[in-house]
Amino acid sequence: MNLNKISKNVYEIPQEEKMEVPARIFASESILENIKKDKTLEQIKNVACLPGIIDYAIALPDAHQGYGFPIGGVAAFDVDKGIISPGGVGYDINCSVRLLKTNLTKKDILSKQKEVVEALYKRIPSGVGRGSPFNISRKELNKLLENGAKYIVEKGFGKKEDYLHMEEEGCLKEANAEKVSDRAIKRGIGQLGTLGAGNHFLEVQFVDEIFDDKVAKEFGIEKNQVTIMIHCGSRGLGHQVASDYIKLMEDEYGFENLPDRELINAPIKSKLGKDYYSAMCAAANFAFANKQLITHWIREELEKLFPSIKIDVVYDICHNIAKFEEHIINGKKKIVCIHRKGATRAFGPGRKEVPETYRKIGQPVIIPGSMGTASYLLVGTKKAEELTFGSTVHGAGRISSRSKAIRELSGEEIKEELREKGIEIHAGSMKSLAEEAPEAYKDIDEVVRVVDELGISKKVARMKPMVVVKG
Amino acid sequence: MKKFKFLEHTADVKFQAFGREIEEAFENSALALKQTICDNVKVIASKKKTINLKQKDLESLLYNFLEEILYLLDAENFLIAEISKIKIDDKFNLRATILGDDASEYEFTNPVKAVTYNDMSITKEKISDYGRHKELWTIQVVLDV
Repeated sequence: MNLNKISKNVYEIPQEEKMEVPARIFASESILENIKKDKTLEQIKNVACLPGIIDYAIALPDAHQGYGFPIGGVAAFDVDKGIISPGGVGYDINCSVRLLKTNLTKKDILSKQKEVVEALYKRIPSGVGRGSPFNISRKELNKLLENGAKYIVEKGFGKKEDYLHMEEEGCLKEANAEKVSDRAIKRGIGQLGTLGAGNHFLEVQFVDEIFDDKVAKEFGIEKNQVTIMIHCGSRGLGHQVASDYIKLMEDEYGFENLPDRELINAPIKSKLGKDYYSAMCAAANFAFANKQLITHWIREELEKLFPSIKIDVVYDICHNIAKFEEHIINGKKKIVCIHRKGATRAFGPGRKEVPETYRKIGQPVIIPGSMGTASYLLVGTKKAEELTFGSTVHGAGRISSRSKAIRELSGEEIKEELREKGIEIHAGSMKSLAEEAPEAYKDIDEVVRVVDELGISKKVARMKPMVVVKG
Repeated sequence: MKKFKFLEHTADVKFQAFGREIEEAFENSALALKQTICDNVKVIASKKKTINLKQKDLESLLYNFLEEILYLLDAENFLIAEISKIKIDDKFNLRATILGDDASEYEFTNPVKAVTYNDMSITKEKISDYGRHKELWTIQVVLDV
């Protein structure tokens, strides 16, 4: 495959054969070597073949092989000529990350580490065998799907400032619950407030380093402060929405000419394209609401252990999503449909989408590390809007398979390794612990270094885990 | 004949399942999915569910069959133990009976989000088994986890 170096950390697969545009890979040399080991490049080339794609298909430094689109993939589509693809969003619609800040410091947690891990593990269900303790009627669930985090807050689980500090204020307004199937509703109704398994987690961290004092202060973050990170998504409801619309689009448009059946899509302006978008927004709202309930339960549990604790939302960002956003295309402002699959929005200062509190400096960008390693807080930039349609990485990105991870280290060994680093962990299964071994991921520090060097978001602070809860 | 095996994949779970007939390959795919959902948990076959599907091709039939197992777990709290009956006809109709139990009775953490069409294949080859010619079906699936 042809791959040309454009500039430092930027590579391009030139336009050829069926490609509508070139594909760009944002990576350092060492990261590129890892990316080359699986099908990421082939998959991003496939994305570049989709109708109405603008400028170039993008693979970010955390890119790895997915289905249809690679993970760490970004593509913008022309609203008139372009498509929307469930495989470009992913099955876990709005799989996302929320960062909470507290008025505690590192030493408060260290004195009660075991109590904290047990209290959180007991209270936050992983979602199988023991489903959600939150009962909701079908009628009320429809309201939740259309109102997102705000619905949960108005039921008494949180405060207004919570959803004001989320991407889209915790609600995608175009959501329509009627476009969500009965099957999807039935899968999701018992899973509200559940974490799920796999790479989803809940961490209590401390701020270990500040890189930008001024921005950190604006975000309300200081050294040794305790933060909490929640990583989860739209659970069975979102998975079923994706699956339902893949089937409907196949029936309508056929898949015979697609290089990967997961690239099935519909024109943005078609009825099916619009229906999928409305259902996707509803699933995204389920994910926002899900994390709002979890946030409330975290508050309740930690208040028992630390009566004067105060917990506020820093920000909540979407990873798997399609959005209609204004970008500069050929020198002109234009609304385009951005697909971010395993990628994060990273808007700089001035955008109306960024909460007022942060509008002068840019949106917070939260990048979780792999289990037991550092996570980062960054700030969005104008450069991201120029280079990557206002997008940046979503995490470290995997480099080795789950089966390889299990062969190399057992869950018990990893638990011991983490404990030696001062991290208490409670996981629902030792196997899933082994699968998520830090060794199976790219080096988060290198991924963040490249992102910062490219300028598609800038480092603000680094957080290290003290307590990890996994499904 | 091995029932199924797991292959290398950077992020997701990829497996191959085998069968002398298409039904057996489908059954073994369901067992590979079960193993991914709950590892080696021994599930008691105390409850019964039936699946009836009609699709346009074998791949769609497989996708929907496996998705139904995920649906039953999320929506009806039913955890699969085994497939007791399965019949697939040449018009892509599938009828199956699944045995399993109430998921709340078991300790496990299902990491599977969805079945995908990515790299999916269903192939049939002629093999020689001690001089006798037989067929071997191979199914390949990637699960989003």
